[in-house]
Amino acid sequence: MSFLTPESGWADMSEPLSWAAIFGLMAKQFWPVWVALVVTFVLSFRFKRRLGLYGKLFDSPVAIIGFAIVMFWVFTALFANIIMTFDPLAQLGSVKNPLPGAVVPDGAEGQYKWFLLGGDHLARDVFSRMVMGARQVLIIAPAATTFAFLVGITLGLPAGYIGGRLDTALSFLANLVLAFPVILLFYLLVTPEIRNTGIPVALAAILFLIPIAFFAILFQSRFHTSPNKRNLYVGITLVLGLWVYSGLAFNADPLGVWGMDPNLLNVFVSVVFVNAPTVFRIVRGIVMDIKSRDYVAAGQTRGETAWYIMLWEILPNARGPLIVDYCLRIGYTTILLGTLGFFGLGVTPESPDWGSTINAGRKLLSMVPHPAVVPALALMSLVLGLNLLADGLREESLKD
Amino acid sequence: MSNAVWDPSQPILEIENLSISFFTRLREIPAVMDFSCKVMAGEAMGLVGESGCGKSTVALGVMRDLGKNGQIVAGSIKFKGRDLVKMAEEELRHLRGSEIAMIYQEPMASLNPAMKIGAQLIEVPMIHQGMARVQAWALARQIVADVRLPDPDRILNAYPHQLSGGQQQRIVIAMALMSKPALLILDEPTTALDVTVEAGIVDLVKDLGQKYGTSMLFISHNLGLIMDVCDRLCVMYSGEAVETGAVAQVFDDMRHPYTQALFRSIPLPGADKNARPLISIPGNFPLPHERPKGCNFGPRCDYFQAGRCDAGDVAMADVPEGDRHASRCVKWDEIDWHAPPKARVVKEKAPIGKVVLQMDDLKKYYSVSGGAFGGGHAKVVKANETLSFNAHEGETLAIVGESGCGKSTFAKVLMGLETATSGTITLFDEQVQSTPIQQRSVDTVSSVQMVFQNPFDTLNPSMTVGRQIIRALEVFHIGTSDAERTDRMLELLDLVKLPRAFADRMPRQLSGGQKQRVGIARAFAGGAKVVVADEPVSALDVSVQAAVTDLLMDIQRQNKTTLLFISHDLSIVRYLSDRVLVMYLGHVVEMGSTDQVFQPPYHPYTEALLSAVPVADTKVIRKRIVLEGDIPSAMNPPSGCPFQTRCRWKSHVAGGLCDSTMPPVQTLAGGHQIKCHLGADVLAKMDPVITFAAE
Amino acid sequence: MLAFVIRRLGVMLVTALVLTFVVFFLTNLPPNLEKLARSEGSVRMTDAAVASWLEEHGHTGSVFYRYAEWLGVAPGWVNTDEKGVTRGLCIGQRDDPALAPKFCGIFQGNWGFSTVFKKTVLYSLGKSMAATGWLMLAVMVVMVPIALVIGVLAGMREGSRTDRVLSTFSIATSATPEYVSGVILVALLASPATGLSPVLASWGWIGGKTLFMGTATSAMDHITFWNFALPVATIALYGVGYIARMTRASMTEVMTQQYIRTARLKGVSFRQVVLRHALRNAMIAPFTVIMLQFPYLLNGVVITETLFNYKGFGWMLVTAAGNNDIEMLLGASVVAVIFVLVTQLISDIGYVFLNPRIRLG
Repeated sequence: MSFLTPESGWADMSEPLSWAAIFGLMAKQFWPVWVALVVTFVLSFRFKRRLGLYGKLFDSPVAIIGFAIVMFWVFTALFANIIMTFDPLAQLGSVKNPLPGAVVPDGAEGQYKWFLLGGDHLARDVFSRMVMGARQVLIIAPAATTFAFLVGITLGLPAGYIGGRLDTALSFLANLVLAFPVILLFYLLVTPEIRNTGIPVALAAILFLIPIAFFAILFQSRFHTSPNKRNLYVGITLVLGLWVYSGLAFNADPLGVWGMDPNLLNVFVSVVFVNAPTVFRIVRGIVMDIKSRDYVAAGQTRGETAWYIMLWEILPNARGPLIVDYCLRIGYTTILLGTLGFFGLGVTPESPDWGSTINAGRKLLSMVPHPAVVPALALMSLVLGLNLLADGLREESLKD
Repeated sequence: MSNAVWDPSQPILEIENLSISFFTRLREIPAVMDFSCKVMAGEAMGLVGESGCGKSTVALGVMRDLGKNGQIVAGSIKFKGRDLVKMAEEELRHLRGSEIAMIYQEPMASLNPAMKIGAQLIEVPMIHQGMARVQAWALARQIVADVRLPDPDRILNAYPHQLSGGQQQRIVIAMALMSKPALLILDEPTTALDVTVEAGIVDLVKDLGQKYGTSMLFISHNLGLIMDVCDRLCVMYSGEAVETGAVAQVFDDMRHPYTQALFRSIPLPGADKNARPLISIPGNFPLPHERPKGCNFGPRCDYFQAGRCDAGDVAMADVPEGDRHASRCVKWDEIDWHAPPKARVVKEKAPIGKVVLQMDDLKKYYSVSGGAFGGGHAKVVKANETLSFNAHEGETLAIVGESGCGKSTFAKVLMGLETATSGTITLFDEQVQSTPIQQRSVDTVSSVQMVFQNPFDTLNPSMTVGRQIIRALEVFHIGTSDAERTDRMLELLDLVKLPRAFADRMPRQLSGGQKQRVGIARAFAGGAKVVVADEPVSALDVSVQAAVTDLLMDIQRQNKTTLLFISHDLSIVRYLSDRVLVMYLGHVVEMGSTDQVFQPPYHPYTEALLSAVPVADTKVIRKRIVLEGDIPSAMNPPSGCPFQTRCRWKSHVAGGLCDSTMPPVQTLAGGHQIKCHLGADVLAKMDPVITFAAE
Repeated sequence: MLAFVIRRLGVMLVTALVLTFVVFFLTNLPPNLEKLARSEGSVRMTDAAVASWLEEHGHTGSVFYRYAEWLGVAPGWVNTDEKGVTRGLCIGQRDDPALAPKFCGIFQGNWGFSTVFKKTVLYSLGKSMAATGWLMLAVMVVMVPIALVIGVLAGMREGSRTDRVLSTFSIATSATPEYVSGVILVALLASPATGLSPVLASWGWIGGKTLFMGTATSAMDHITFWNFALPVATIALYGVGYIARMTRASMTEVMTQQYIRTARLKGVSFRQVVLRHALRNAMIAPFTVIMLQFPYLLNGVVITETLFNYKGFGWMLVTAAGNNDIEMLLGASVVAVIFVLVTQLISDIGYVFLNPRIRLG
């Protein structure tokens, strides 16, 4: 790799880079990602027979490609500080939209010499913004999806298992949310005015309680036969859960560890709100299928509680389709977050997230495409990776 | 065209040394090895064996429809002298449906749900004979009438889901006969149907075979059925044919240890759980990639001789005195085939104790809303009507009936998953009919437990075997610590004769019979006094069935358990029950001791049921009574007697009483109860359904 | 059947009322109203002035009552200020207050006045929906047949090379949201600086600077291939992948069914197996997906219209939302909600008709 270093003289310090050099230098910049990927794959291949569904993933070429792409971005997000060449918010010089490979004007000592993928209209480094954007996306998309799943599962299980009026009521609510045009909902929910009314906080207060309830019931139903264990597990859940809850929902964590930017909370709540009904429907459908199995009946004839049967007999056996949907849904959420950014909703304008970068770049799209195209390709590849992974997982989980 | 060159004295189908393998990513899995058989014109050949023995693969091989992974690796399949293995796809297509037709297990799945019956039928002659639509329709009409379906015009214009299971299977048969094929392959054609419906289909297949002169390859796991339908049979074990010959010869003078073991493990009339118990085949069916060297059956065989049986591949050997009788056993002419089995252990009859369960006038009605769109009026389904009986400690009470007779509903009410509409259930002096399970005490719950039907469903697939048993112990408050419960769990595994190492296994690593044993262990975790066994062995292979029933009987003897054995299979009921209760559409139509129920006088339904169950014994003579039509829906039961729509004795009751009035319960000698209008004189004159031929 | 439709319509009505109420509630929150007061009145109004402006214009009182007014089931507000000018919800600027009707909500056809477009809401809605109608029509005509063909071809032989190629294409397009594909399409085909256009222009193959037009504003007056192809392709591309994947999944499932084997073993040719036996069964699931795609199209439409500056329904929604145009936003949401609900209804009814098992069961 030494020939790619600026010192070798192969790339002239004052000249713009060629495309080959740009890709070479980028590949070099991503070195921690390559190391992490190699380690992950070597370990996974060696132990794939002992790793269950995760191990089976390495039997499908589609899943391997998908997993590699996803992990590429995960590691990029993780090592973003090492990979990026500039501060993503720094404005470097006065030239607007420098081209990919352009030399950074009056670079200080020890500073990176080029705009690898060009700069945007404020002369910020597109490459560094893309790398930092990955971190933004990969923090919020999986987290919001996980919350949506917990909410959807907690409501979908009783709707499918108990049925009747409860099902009718919950399904009506779910359909209500689903009938709401998503974009309108975002325009209404993710505005600064709404934040002042306290509606997002109220919604967060309700939505964030559900995961705590989920885990508390999970342990209660399983360990009610041995109160000591039950008290321990439920106690830990409540203490930890309520601590995080106070921080995330009300920004009132007494220790100050957990907290969420009100803007972000807004986005987070909206994304959970939009995704949860779909998860609810899926869970409800699977539960209706599984509840006629004999092992469910065996649980019933043992006198198990409804929640035990839902959480310990049914849920584990619904994991296949749910994991597949989880991967897909992280992809959708990524798209959704991008949409929000595209409309300039809920994020600060200088944020490097991909959606708002695309939005900022599209104004001069027909003249200088690179500020918009780079994050667009990044977002597309991540979603593609997630989709491929989900497809591979689906095929593998169907195989036996 | 091919008919011209083919000599009818030659076999229609001649399979020689056929080997079929499936290729997975990991390995090649041989499904059929060195399989040979001949089917002559007009002959019905039976293929019999347990699940996984490769019998269906042979059929699909003949059709050359093995999917992406399956491949014929050796041998030839000659149909009318032409080798199907080498045939081009297009030529094959002209044979399929016109010369060779196939019928499979699930009639509903075999018919296209979005096409009318008529369209699916006329397609066959339109493709193969180039027949015009009108003629094809007329032909379809005629064949639908031939398969004894009423109102062919309505049926032709119906969609498959509008017909009952029995009617659907008749349509599938009609479709196979549309172009008068020379060979008909039937793959378990009646397994998904009720016994009384099965009897009708079997009758039909036999008649049509004779009428059209069609040769048949009849695949079944049921030896009795094979005897009813076939002329010759081929017994398969683990991918190989082990014995082949004429039906009577193989049944009476078998020359392979597996065939012998199979017959010893099925309950034939004359078997008795105490005096002449069944003998199960030890061990398990080998997985395709774990087959032993030499004889596949060797490790489970009583006559196994190390160094000979496991030396190398065993070839088929002709049995000289027979008619094309052959056996794949190196010792076939050394074994004394008439020696009585060594392993038979005579067991003591368990004493029957006091009444533990008493049901009086139990009724369970459901209300269901009608129609797919939720419109219409709610209907009442009378799932159980005036159910009265009692069960004693240590007794086996069999509850017999076909689908929709209300036996599962009764189990649910007893378990407390539903509450009774009226009537009482007294369980150990406690009335539980309106106590749902959540409100029952742990003692009551643990004393009534259930064993389920489907081994693949009975265990939670994502929990280890040990964990599932321990959970039952936790819920029933047995043991004070985890260590104590683990010990108890291991003891329970011992009880059901499973190795203790199974505690850490996942259910998918267990065979069907092993799963069923775990289910039994779980049911007995809380020291159950009353166990409801809902068809516990009907989904198991015959060789495993015997072992599981024996296990249940042993535990019953030890614990004085009351066993409520729900089943549709009268052979097994006769074998193990003390008393029998026959149900039809929610009513108990007959109740009495096993001898009383299996001897005349019968309730007309019991008579038909007895006659419908195939018996794999050449010495048994069975009266053929084929019931017309299907079981009426419980949503819309007939007026008067529930059985009157299918009863052949109806004309013996004067004044149309059967149509209008629910019959009273007649109590005959010895407490034998029959719910029927027939007079005592008519009942007394009934002939037995099953008689033994003079030996 | 009739009972089913009536019941569904009832549920629909309740849903529509609840959803419009939610929108009404969210758009009429105090901060929005204050903003409205300052933009309609004066930016420098004092808080007290804002309060009295709101009072005069009927924006105070219970939100339920105001919602009922807006619907037209409660009498509209009437206020007379200290100058003796009588204003009311139902009183036009030059109308005589005495002659004005009592009720004037959307049920009476009074959808309000757009503060951004300075036209009545109904007029603006009608115009923008007509524009979006053309866009959607074009998208459907392009998207549905392509998606179905791809799905069926891929699904009929699972695991074949055709399947691999087509599936990869569908996965790739369904991973490309409109704001990504739009950006890439413009960069490739409608940029004078990059992509295909400079090359073509230098060869003299195209007269203008770009192959396609980067905006669709001119399509408002006159739709041509060159100004409409990119927005249509942008929306269709995402949908194609999605519908094709659904169709493929449905098709592969149907192809493993026993009755397909029955048909094959009857001697039906592969072509006929697919066309006669598999297709109808395989279409049931994608039909629902296609119908439910309509509401989703709304999202794509908003993005694409914004991106290509095409003044349809989506563009209008964004403009109204961005400018606190409350009555316009309310009107648009009514339309959107009804649109979603009607497509759901059609999807349900169509599903029943495609599936004889449900129709006659």
